[in-house]
Amino acid sequence: MQNDSSDSGSRKAHPGHSAPDPDLDSDSGSHPSPASISRRGFIQATVATLGGIAAPLGAADAAPAARPAGTAAAAANAMPVVLRINGKEHRLTLEPRVTLLDALREVVGLTGSKKGCDRGQCGACTVLVEGRRINACLTLAVMHEGQEITTIEGLGQADALHPLQAAFIERDAFQCGYCTPGQICSAVGLLKEAAANTASAVTPDVRKIPVVLDDSEIRERMSGNICRCGAYPNIVAAVRDVAGNKA
Amino acid sequence: MNPVSYERAADVEQAVRMAQQPGARFIGGGTNLLDLMKGGVETPQRLIDISRLPLAAITELPQGGVRIGALARNSDTANHALIRQRYPLLTQAFLSGASPQLRNMATVGGNLMQRTRCYYFYDTAFDMCNKRKPGSGCAAKEGHNRIHAILGASEHCIATNPSDMNVALAALDAVVRVRGADGERAIPIADFHTLPGDTPQRDTTLRPGELILGVDLPPPLFADHAHYLKVRDRASYAFALVSVAAALQMDNGVVRQARIALGGVAHKPWRATAAEALLVGKPLDDALLRQCATAALAGARAYEHNGFKITLAQRAITRAVRIAGQTA
Repeated sequence: MQNDSSDSGSRKAHPGHSAPDPDLDSDSGSHPSPASISRRGFIQATVATLGGIAAPLGAADAAPAARPAGTAAAAANAMPVVLRINGKEHRLTLEPRVTLLDALREVVGLTGSKKGCDRGQCGACTVLVEGRRINACLTLAVMHEGQEITTIEGLGQADALHPLQAAFIERDAFQCGYCTPGQICSAVGLLKEAAANTASAVTPDVRKIPVVLDDSEIRERMSGNICRCGAYPNIVAAVRDVAGNKA
Repeated sequence: MNPVSYERAADVEQAVRMAQQPGARFIGGGTNLLDLMKGGVETPQRLIDISRLPLAAITELPQGGVRIGALARNSDTANHALIRQRYPLLTQAFLSGASPQLRNMATVGGNLMQRTRCYYFYDTAFDMCNKRKPGSGCAAKEGHNRIHAILGASEHCIATNPSDMNVALAALDAVVRVRGADGERAIPIADFHTLPGDTPQRDTTLRPGELILGVDLPPPLFADHAHYLKVRDRASYAFALVSVAAALQMDNGVVRQARIALGGVAHKPWRATAAEALLVGKPLDDALLRQCATAALAGARAYEHNGFKITLAQRAITRAVRIAGQTA
């Protein structure tokens, strides 16, 4: 995966802002990529070659409209931030207004976490911070200095899938796949929460422990992740499979 | 989002000091503030990051009450043993709000400060919003007002408070502790949020630069008989059209004390004190529940699209109080 090469966040060449980002790439990590060259990598290489524009990240933004606010590092109030993502340290220079999601996708190059609504309503951007699922679009990257951030790229590899990734494939728990990285990160958080016997809005008596993770509990606990293709029954089945295996 | 400066507060004193600067706003979980900043509704110049202050603890108070730190996350508060066992009403309210991801981020202090979800407030394409732009008018009164207030509104604003937590805190008579440049003070929850009147730009009685330290819950009286009922357009992850926090103290089938608070109906969590008084000393039966529900909505006023809320609130009260009476 192209993302593995980025260890500093200061990628020398920034793709030529070919917005809107199609995000149909197969590098999300949610399922193995059959090709050695990802769609995204191909587009980026092609644009850089044909356009001849390889803007350094620190330079003025060549296409501001195509890029989330503040992801150019040239702004006066940009500040150094060290983010620990998937076990690797990234030394970045970011404006405070850059969300964690934009830092992951646009600066570090980890494009597995998706931007759906960008307003905390769809869950496509779900990542794990200190093992807890959160919406990366509604938090600032600078607030997460020193914390352990895990994205879909950090959960499994093509030849060693996370059990939830394998279960999503087994259960056909996606169609277009856009929400899938968020669904899987969310489900990882869910299983951890359930193991700690947390209650949910459908738990009959919140004072009782243990909590039984039946389908209605899984549905409620996954309600922060929207799937436009409507793969919900299969998503519930995939989560149920892994939850059951753990018990 | 506009450019903004960022400072991390090292302690409470420093946070309060930093907040005296012009254009300063505290950021804790950020789930509401950043959303509003993206939409251009909030335009702070400085963010004071308070998320690392030591204000996340949940501890027992001497008389059996519980102190919740302002930075306790909604999910942690909902699932803390002291809250689940002593204030299940609050746990239910927390868990009915937002999504698991947002509850992992959002704090108790931020939840108190959550702003309305009135479409006309949230979308700067609309010129008229007295809350966003004082004196500009209220577009909701003549617009789509299905989700708007039926109690306590004014000609200047018919927005509602969106929080579930606030409704449970109102029923539980919580106290909000705050610190400003002049020191600390305690604000009963009933006095914390305001009705719109002619200053709808204000949501609370918090003074500029004051920092919420936490919330104190009085000794638990309602752990055995409480229910939070939320009615919304979908089964999960939506704001309330109407919600009811019902808490009872029962003695041999007779109500000793009753608390009823409503969400989604007013600019603040709405305590139905007259309805509560009707229940005291009586066994719960259908006639009493109907009477109670009618009393709670006395004085309700509907706009073009939200008349259904009056009936809905009455039915929700009936159901929530009945369930609260049954739980043990």
